[in-house]
Amino acid sequence: MTALLETRALSRSFGGLKAVSGVDFTLQKGEVRAVIGPNGAGKTTFVSLISGRIAPSSGTILFEGEDVTALPAHARVKRGIAYTFQITSIYSNLTVEENVALASHRPGKPGSRVFLERVGLADRAGQVAGTLSYGHQRLLEVAMGLALRPKLLILDEPTQGLSDGEIEGFIRLVRDVAQEATVMLIEHNMPVVMELASRITVLDRGSILAEGSPAEIRANHAVQDAYLGSG
Amino acid sequence: MSAKSILLHLAVVAALFALQFVASDYMVLVLTRIMVLAIYAMGYNILFGYAGLLSLGHAMFFATGLYAAALGVTRLGLGIPEAFLLAVVIGVIVSLVIGLIVLRTSGVAFMIVTLMFSQAAFLTVLYFGDYTRGDEGIVIPDTLRQFSVAGLSMDLTSPVLRYNLALGFLAFAIAVSLLVVRSKTGHVLVAIRENENRTAMLGYDVARYKLRAFVLSGAFAAFSGAAYALMFAYAGSTLASIQYSIHPLLWTLLGGAATVLGPILGTAIMFVLVDVASGFTTATLLAVGVVLILLVLFFPKGILGTLRQRYIRWLP
Amino acid sequence: MQPGHPCKAAHPLAFFPHLLLALLEGTVAAAVLALAALGLSLVFGVMRVVNVAHGEFFMLAAMLAWWVAKMVPGGPLAGFLAALVVAPLAVGFLAFLTERLLLRRINYDPEATIVATIGLLFVIQQLALSLLGADAKPVAAPFTYRIVFPWFGFSGYKLFVVAASVALLLGVWFVLAKTRFGLIMRVTQFDRETATAFGIPVNTVYSAVFVAGAALVAVAAVLIVPIQQAHYLMGLDPLLMSFIVVIIGGLGSIKGSVVAALIIGLADGVISMFFSPTLASIIATLAVALVLVVRPQGLYGQAPR
Repeated sequence: MTALLETRALSRSFGGLKAVSGVDFTLQKGEVRAVIGPNGAGKTTFVSLISGRIAPSSGTILFEGEDVTALPAHARVKRGIAYTFQITSIYSNLTVEENVALASHRPGKPGSRVFLERVGLADRAGQVAGTLSYGHQRLLEVAMGLALRPKLLILDEPTQGLSDGEIEGFIRLVRDVAQEATVMLIEHNMPVVMELASRITVLDRGSILAEGSPAEIRANHAVQDAYLGSG
Repeated sequence: MSAKSILLHLAVVAALFALQFVASDYMVLVLTRIMVLAIYAMGYNILFGYAGLLSLGHAMFFATGLYAAALGVTRLGLGIPEAFLLAVVIGVIVSLVIGLIVLRTSGVAFMIVTLMFSQAAFLTVLYFGDYTRGDEGIVIPDTLRQFSVAGLSMDLTSPVLRYNLALGFLAFAIAVSLLVVRSKTGHVLVAIRENENRTAMLGYDVARYKLRAFVLSGAFAAFSGAAYALMFAYAGSTLASIQYSIHPLLWTLLGGAATVLGPILGTAIMFVLVDVASGFTTATLLAVGVVLILLVLFFPKGILGTLRQRYIRWLP
Repeated sequence: MQPGHPCKAAHPLAFFPHLLLALLEGTVAAAVLALAALGLSLVFGVMRVVNVAHGEFFMLAAMLAWWVAKMVPGGPLAGFLAALVVAPLAVGFLAFLTERLLLRRINYDPEATIVATIGLLFVIQQLALSLLGADAKPVAAPFTYRIVFPWFGFSGYKLFVVAASVALLLGVWFVLAKTRFGLIMRVTQFDRETATAFGIPVNTVYSAVFVAGAALVAVAAVLIVPIQQAHYLMGLDPLLMSFIVVIIGGLGSIKGSVVAALIIGLADGVISMFFSPTLASIIATLAVALVLVVRPQGLYGQAPR
């Protein structure tokens, strides 16, 4: 079966710094894959390469079997790759409803409430997005990601800054989303990772250090040394 | 689009129509000028107010329409309608070409690049002074300003015809603006202005939308320029200078950027202001400068923009 | 800043002497241009704002030089020296007011600054027109000395201008590279937030830079006004040329500004002499636009962060 997403020898350097180095990565449809690693491991660079926000120095990216390496970001979104920003990036001056309407490509028209309902923001539809609490802004980001009806939803550090209660709600939401979309999750919060992930990829200094089920990764000594052991 | 909005805009057009019967001859002339130039401002507003791109070079598109129309009539022997159409078409082509180049930049670089291209265009007008007569300008003789459309003969020296033609053009511009602003394109332009990165990551081809806005604003400018040349029988190099790039910015800011009627209001007020000021002094630009500074400091949203924010939320 | 066309109708010059003359005039133009553009470059480099009224500061300083020369007894040299003190101080003070009352209030927003300084441009220009009139005002050079080449005579004052520019440029470079103040400026240019974290009073630095930029352009004006004349519209050309220099050279890079000023001054001198000045300007403006499109950071500038 063709993998949903595949990268071959994907690399990206910034000047002399190899942020991502020769990564061969495969993601099957239906997975919830967590990408973890210490700071500076290249996680955000990696997903930026996949979503098309930056161009690779070398290597290829295949989505549903087709080479998308040369496609600009907006074209990849149309193909089904959705990315939610690590630092919340919404339309602060527009209302919650307008934000989601834009995401569903029906701006100015009603009909996007369903996405707000899924994340629990339906009662705030008329609120100006910039006045939402941080946790709610994160949820809005997810709602916008959903409105894109993606095949692959990439969440970049989604639980950062959320309270424990909000994190629980978030875990339920991702499980729900995983029914219809493949999810890729960059996370530092290990309990969340262990709860949600079906497989984990560990990055360290631009390369894949280990890959496997949560149990396998937990038991992996190299991973512990590089990452888990320190915290 | 709500009925309220449509009614409001219709009312404005109707009021302008009625105004000609009570205004003095001088006011009619001034109003005609205001209406023609307001079209220029409205086009500029689509790019600046809605898409958020501050061009300092739109005079080049205005001048394109202006000179294409004037030269078409005086040198190519075209009739008025043909010259007008030609000028608009050329305007569209020029803004497409320039747009493809300049839209590769953004922010301050975009401002400077548009300024530079416009300045080069202005200097080109001077350089080909044999044809454009530079400062002095081209004067279109009255004999050339008669034409017939659908069997009706018209004379552009007639103030009544000019006024109503200008009003017709303005109404057309208002209709187009409303359509654009309320369409998907209009919403996406606002999204680009608010958060360009996000908009690209939502799957919108940002470059294409920006180009659309740019060409549309250039087309409006050329339209306005062509109408100006034909109605006022004059095309001179001052109309291609940097001042004429600043004017639509000023008029839009004053009236309210990102509102359809704002540019019209802004144009009208500035004309009246300069008119009043020239009663006292030759330094009318002084008034313009002061207004600009005050606007930036205290009323960045302009008159209608501030009104919309405080009281009239539904104003397009 | 077009170099003056010396009339050589009586003795038509051969090509190489013509070229030499063009290069000399071009060097003078380049020197003044570098100085005028320096102010703009510093301001943009550190504060990231474009001051469109930059050319009007230039014009104002030139007008002041003329007025001071009229008021001060004791001949052109005394007038020149007095102007060298008065003009930068006065224009610097105006810049100070602009920064405090205007730029700070709009929080140095790039677009708002451009619009506001355009307004300032109109105000200053029209005040000059109303108060001082539309006629061109000549100023005598502080000394006259004719350097006699085999083919033509050349003004010694012009060469002095070049020397003075070079000295000033070196001085500014020294301050930037070797002094504590220069270090503070460079840090603020690099990253405003980091600078604040280090306890640098960023707003004060901005004030100082803006005033310094204005003072530099004022000095450039005082130097050039004996060569050109003072006129209320004279600010536009230096503004455009400064833009061109700063952009091609790279925003915030002194070296880039100097290199670009040299290229542009010399090219302008040569093209103006052999072709029309208008054509030279057209080529220059298009070149700027294309450079920016292809390489937004200019020759030596840093890529936008």
